[in-house]
Amino acid sequence: MKRLIQELCNLYGPSGQEEAVRDYIAEQIRPHVDEMRVDPLGNLVARRAPTRPQGQGRRLLLAAHMDEIGVMVTHVDEKGFLRFTGVGFPLRTTLLGSRVVFSNGVHGTFGLEGKPLPTESPVPLEKLFLDVGATSREDVPVEVGDVAVFRSPVVEQGRRILGPSFDDRLGCAVLIQVLQRLQETPHELYVAFTVQEELGLRGATTAAYSVAPEVALAVDITLTGDYPEAEPMAVGLGKGPAIKVKDRRMVAHPQVRRWLVRSAEAASIPYQMEVLDYGSTDAAAMQIGREGALAGALSIPCRYAHAPTQMADLEDLEHGVALLLAGLQAEIA
Amino acid sequence: MAFDRRLLEALSNARGIPGQEDAVRSLLQEALAPVADALHTDSLGNLFVHRTAEGQTVDPPLRVMIAAHMDEVGGMVLKVNEDGTVKFRNVGGLDPRILPGKRVRIGPQGIPGVVLVRPIHLERKDRDRVPPIQELVIDTGGAQGIRPGDMITFDTRFEPLGSLWKGKAFDDRVGCAVLAALLQRRYPCEVVGVFTVQEEIGLRGARVAAYTVAPHVALVLEGTIADDLPKDRDASPVTQVGRGPALSLMDRSASLDRRLVALLVETARAHGIPYQFKEPGRGGTDAGAIHLAREGVPSAVVSVPCRYIHAPASLLHPQDVAHTLALMTKALERLGQEDPRRWRTRSIHPQPPSE
Amino acid sequence: MAHDDTAFRLLAELTGLSGVSGQEEPLRTALRDHLASRVDRVRTDALGNLLGIKHGQPAGPRLLLAAHMDEIGLVVTQIEGGFLRFARVGGADLRVLPAQEVTVHTAQGDLPGVVASRPPHVLGPEERRRPFRQAQLFIDLGLEEAQVRERVQVGDFVSLRQETVRLGQAFATGKAVDNRASLVVLLRTLDHLQTMAHAWEVVALATVQEEITLGGAYTGTYSVRPHVGIALDVTFARQPGVADEEGVAWDRGPAIALGPNIHPRVRERLVETAQRHEIPYVEEVLPGHSGTDAWAIQVTRSGVPTGLLSLPIRNMHTPGETVCLRDMERTARLLAHFIAELEPDWTP
Repeated sequence: MKRLIQELCNLYGPSGQEEAVRDYIAEQIRPHVDEMRVDPLGNLVARRAPTRPQGQGRRLLLAAHMDEIGVMVTHVDEKGFLRFTGVGFPLRTTLLGSRVVFSNGVHGTFGLEGKPLPTESPVPLEKLFLDVGATSREDVPVEVGDVAVFRSPVVEQGRRILGPSFDDRLGCAVLIQVLQRLQETPHELYVAFTVQEELGLRGATTAAYSVAPEVALAVDITLTGDYPEAEPMAVGLGKGPAIKVKDRRMVAHPQVRRWLVRSAEAASIPYQMEVLDYGSTDAAAMQIGREGALAGALSIPCRYAHAPTQMADLEDLEHGVALLLAGLQAEIA
Repeated sequence: MAFDRRLLEALSNARGIPGQEDAVRSLLQEALAPVADALHTDSLGNLFVHRTAEGQTVDPPLRVMIAAHMDEVGGMVLKVNEDGTVKFRNVGGLDPRILPGKRVRIGPQGIPGVVLVRPIHLERKDRDRVPPIQELVIDTGGAQGIRPGDMITFDTRFEPLGSLWKGKAFDDRVGCAVLAALLQRRYPCEVVGVFTVQEEIGLRGARVAAYTVAPHVALVLEGTIADDLPKDRDASPVTQVGRGPALSLMDRSASLDRRLVALLVETARAHGIPYQFKEPGRGGTDAGAIHLAREGVPSAVVSVPCRYIHAPASLLHPQDVAHTLALMTKALERLGQEDPRRWRTRSIHPQPPSE
Repeated sequence: MAHDDTAFRLLAELTGLSGVSGQEEPLRTALRDHLASRVDRVRTDALGNLLGIKHGQPAGPRLLLAAHMDEIGLVVTQIEGGFLRFARVGGADLRVLPAQEVTVHTAQGDLPGVVASRPPHVLGPEERRRPFRQAQLFIDLGLEEAQVRERVQVGDFVSLRQETVRLGQAFATGKAVDNRASLVVLLRTLDHLQTMAHAWEVVALATVQEEITLGGAYTGTYSVRPHVGIALDVTFARQPGVADEEGVAWDRGPAIALGPNIHPRVRERLVETAQRHEIPYVEEVLPGHSGTDAWAIQVTRSGVPTGLLSLPIRNMHTPGETVCLRDMERTARLLAHFIAELEPDWTP
């Protein structure tokens, strides 16, 4: 699991340019699926046929998104400084001092107009610029439209891991492991590694249309309430994967919630219930595709989402895989 | 292929807010009925014009949807007061700073009105305050026949202005005019031109149109922001008038398919057609709805730069229009030979061909 | 008066049940029985939409009548010293929550509670002037922490608690009048249709999740594939503080909407029907998003010609939602005549 996460979090894959992540995942899961395809938007959709006679099985779609947030160059000025816009929503409070890298290996760091030792807060995005060390416009090694992503090595510290792009490479890792370890299932299982989630659940929208699942489950990260003076939220690192009740754009179907809770309890896997007042996941899009699907989400608790360095708990990940494996062998009722 | 300036002129002068695009649709229906292989409308008012494939094509031929929206930003009458004034709201994004004192036309008949403004002489404290649209009132001189729900549009006539053209609603009547010109002939791919409704209030026509057409690839024609004015800082002009068609990479509605954008770039380079990239992150287009239709549709956006969109008088460069038409024509010829289902990654910044 | 009584009884019953967005089960169960006795077939779909199908004679095209079941509410986010912290589901009005009675729906049954509010006596002068912030609000169940933890789970939903009563002769007030009043209209329309011939098939769709995503309307319309759709919802009635162009008059019949969300000929036909049968109505101008299921219905699949009838109510999204019972009866009559008079070959 650790190596998988290290490799996944090191792949370049901002929203709209997920090719490298897709190629990597395809290699990992190829021996473990019956078929897979890339759809017109770039989602990787894999299928596992049910191993037990159908009847109690459902058409099930699990999804994790491949894309990550980044910054896109919008303007190159005469002196060779770059202006940018967010790809997704990088936290502006975290930009100063962080380092980004383009697909061609060019590194950049952020600067702020005005005082050399800025104290202004919060930092207005339009006053920030990206410095790639160029001496003039002609010297800039990237162009308008190029995208840089946040990069730092993944490190393990006790039970915790720190690294970039946990949102949602952790979900990808969980689903890769599920496919690798899954033996028996009564369900017709589809797993979608989706694109452009950070731009508004776009890949999941079309993947849900093409799969037309009865039950849809997103595997993504969620925020926590376990840091100093946090907003009230009953989710913490290390207390198990979180079963989503609600977020900004979705209320999970009670049947999906029950299925996950029962699966966790039957297998004695720790879990927590999640009510998230921010953001959403691919499940919100999958829920309302075509005639609709029973939708929910399994979340990996993660601190500092959308910041350059995020933190999660390795046991939560292992428990997440175990919970999904248990669930996939159970009926959804 | 010749671009018909008279059609753009008529389209720009025609009036149609989201949901009330009838006059614009009539003009296009009239212009295209003689050449269309098939032509129909749907319940929202989208106009579909089909051209079958012709010449060397992949099998089965690629179905390409090209969209341009017929609606323009404007206002809607909420209430006619007893004194003959009118309360209204915007439909689509209107800047309240440019409204006071402007001439407008109301209802299908085009009854004139003036947005009232308190004389500056009487303003003491509030000279810097921008009254929100909720506070604005239109004076009609007590004209009869105005009803709640009537559309309100700017009162602007198309005309040449220096070397540019001036008119209202170039966003997106210029796209409509280019699309009408493109539909005059066939290409080595099936083309469904869709003149969409209700773009300005959430890409609603394009959403259902793309579901109906189920295209393999979509191209969206737009009139987009040109902010190429003198500035006190080194900032992006978004696009520049006179520098050729603008290609989008990412805006608020879509991250465009880079393989399709690359095809447009390669086409422009091969034919010596100038092009520019639109500043990423600004605005949104029908592509936002189209690319999410059904199983997904690789999409790109080609825009004519226009100064002062969403205002009474926008300006564009006729050469940009000609270059947009040329780029689209050549790209469609090329698209017929390609199969996007086999596309791999390609660069939007190709190296110039070696000598 | 008799009709008013039926409408009031139904409204009182339906508003008395809970159906917070995504958790519409209690309401759906009761509504299913009411619907079943009035249509040929009832079914529930994946999201929990309830569909009642009433065939036409002879079989004609399909008309969708949609009204949402869900109501705004709250959800428990954390248990803290026996008190519950919560988040909002849909657009609940924070200003009316302090001191409001609520019902917490737990796996072991419903618990009554009250939203805690600290009295002004213990607050400083600054604090007293400010409205409550969400972080200052808790639900008090009157139980010890251990009891609370035993019975309540994070993720339990909460609805407002308020019995529906008559207000004067013609009005009724309570919680979730948005949009139970329209569900009553739906049932009353079907009552009228028991004795009226109609060619069009009527699909009564009680949608879920309108207050959060319009998700029920999107998916329900996708599966119904209607030829024409009409949404039933509530709108702002004029009241002190609401400008004339922000709301419509109540007790003058349903509001028939116009604007880009509405197909002009569906609207025209509703207006003509009202005029022909001397049913009063008011006009509602919607320049953009109607904020109703109609917004979703119109753009499903290849598009659906859509109309919208709204009941003017006061104090929307509060426990004091108030509706005119006569307007409900007028709307049902209008709809019944509209349906009965649809020719089998009519297209908007």
